[in-house]
Amino acid sequence: MMTETRSVSQGGASCVMELVGISKDYRGMAALKGVSLSLLSGRILCLLGENGAGKSTLIKLITGVERLSGGSILVDAEPVHFDSPRSARQRGISTVYQEVGTLPLMSVARNFVLGAEPTRGRGLARRVDFAEASRIATETMSQLGIRREIDGKQLVGTLSGGERQALAIMRAVYFGARVLVLDEPTAALGIRESALVLELLLRVKEQGVAVLFVTHNAYHAAAVGDQFVVLRRGEVIADFGRDAETVDKIMQLMAGGDELSQFAMLANERLQ
Amino acid sequence: MISACAVFTLFAFLAGDKGFLSQTGTADWLNTASQLGIVALPVGFLMVAGEFDLSVGSVVGMTSIIVATCYGYYSLSPWIGIVIAIAVGAGIGLLNGVITVATKLPSFIVTLGMMLIVEGGAIGISNALTNSSSISLSAAGPSRVLFASSWGSFDVSLVWWVVLAAVATYVLQRTRFGNWAFATGGDLKTARLAGVPTNRVKVSLFVCSSLGAVLVGIIETLSFNNGDVTLGSSYVFTAIAAAVIGGVLLSGGYGTMLGTAFGAITYGIASMGVFFLGWDADLTDLFVGLFLLLAMLANNRLRIVALGQR
Repeated sequence: MMTETRSVSQGGASCVMELVGISKDYRGMAALKGVSLSLLSGRILCLLGENGAGKSTLIKLITGVERLSGGSILVDAEPVHFDSPRSARQRGISTVYQEVGTLPLMSVARNFVLGAEPTRGRGLARRVDFAEASRIATETMSQLGIRREIDGKQLVGTLSGGERQALAIMRAVYFGARVLVLDEPTAALGIRESALVLELLLRVKEQGVAVLFVTHNAYHAAAVGDQFVVLRRGEVIADFGRDAETVDKIMQLMAGGDELSQFAMLANERLQ
Repeated sequence: MISACAVFTLFAFLAGDKGFLSQTGTADWLNTASQLGIVALPVGFLMVAGEFDLSVGSVVGMTSIIVATCYGYYSLSPWIGIVIAIAVGAGIGLLNGVITVATKLPSFIVTLGMMLIVEGGAIGISNALTNSSSISLSAAGPSRVLFASSWGSFDVSLVWWVVLAAVATYVLQRTRFGNWAFATGGDLKTARLAGVPTNRVKVSLFVCSSLGAVLVGIIETLSFNNGDVTLGSSYVFTAIAAAVIGGVLLSGGYGTMLGTAFGAITYGIASMGVFFLGWDADLTDLFVGLFLLLAMLANNRLRIVALGQR
């Protein structure tokens, strides 16, 4: 009931996944303390925080890698208990990790359909329909705004880092992700490559997917985010909408006002 | 393929007038290649999925002892020995696979241990039952036709090899299982995240590699009319060598069955070429080793070029 009233208040976007006061202890050490947030369809929620803030723990909890110590997770307003990554995937929660996600020595088409290959024929003659796989891959890519001509037979290793990350995101969307969890998708990328991935996130959002963008890059978050949640030592220390805060303020919140944000301020002053 | 052509040209030039190019000469290297090839195909497939199997050589010897003991020593139907050998071989493969995926130990070590266990076990059982580790028999009937017949100098093992190479190529290149094998060897974590049943892929391939060795064990025992524990011991590394010469990556995730077949041909040509030259048979290893190193370098180069990393 609560989620329904809430989804109305969010301007028509429905709440796909809601975390209610979730926490996680590792041998008595609290890694996450009562975190609540809602992931809405067609919205990008940026989860910010420095290393050790609890971002990875939160990802592990909502993707079924680890179990909750407290609180609850709701999907479509009903409580769920993920006991494996597979069970999370079955509810439409897909994760794209920073380093893993694509296989460089396999073709784009083979990568794209991996684990859900389209087939032709029956019994022993059942084989992968590579023409179909190639079509799915190239069509999805052009739909989602990859402008460069990419051949389905091309090895993924020939793609740039950003294109590879984009491929992993696109296959998750194609295979019906309702909640897309991105763990530092731009951390290892250069500026242009990051821009490619960020643009893709906006397209993914247009398709009505709820995106959880986990990052420690406040600029990347500010570029695409609709809602921002800042974690620090396992707790939510800020939760605000777009335009409510500046990038400087976000960085200050993340670091808790110590040297790091001082550097950011200094850099900004010098550039102005 | 390049290596097979190169080694063929070399020995055609050196040993052409000594019978290497004759029909018998050709049959000899093809027969040698086919037996190694049957072992190497599933070993190469397994390597694509990122695992090794060193126990294949001892499985050939164990199969040989089982078949010869049942058929030659106890004079039972040959099929009894063959069925037992297949069951034991499948069991060994299953054990290799389950231990590897359950303990996450390197399969190199797991199957090395298994190789010694199977070898020791085969000698022990053979000595206990027959008081010998080498048992003679005289093959006849349909089992002989199926596994040990020949046309002229060409053995039936060639047919097995060609059929298996075609099946393996189809499975690796065209089926979902093949795509899963590439992914499993390419990056285990990525494959698992995509929903590929990586453990099932590995275990079934371990079973296949054992069964390939069982088939060669049956073929050789019935062809030589003799069962011997030491039969096939050279396959431990030559099977892997054939796969690598054929372009399968040691690190997994890439390779072809056709390449593996050509790797076996390279070995066949080198060993028979040396034989026809009248050189010491040990020189075969020298050539195979040389080609192994060259192939590794070429593969590495090709992969870098294919990935556009210059």
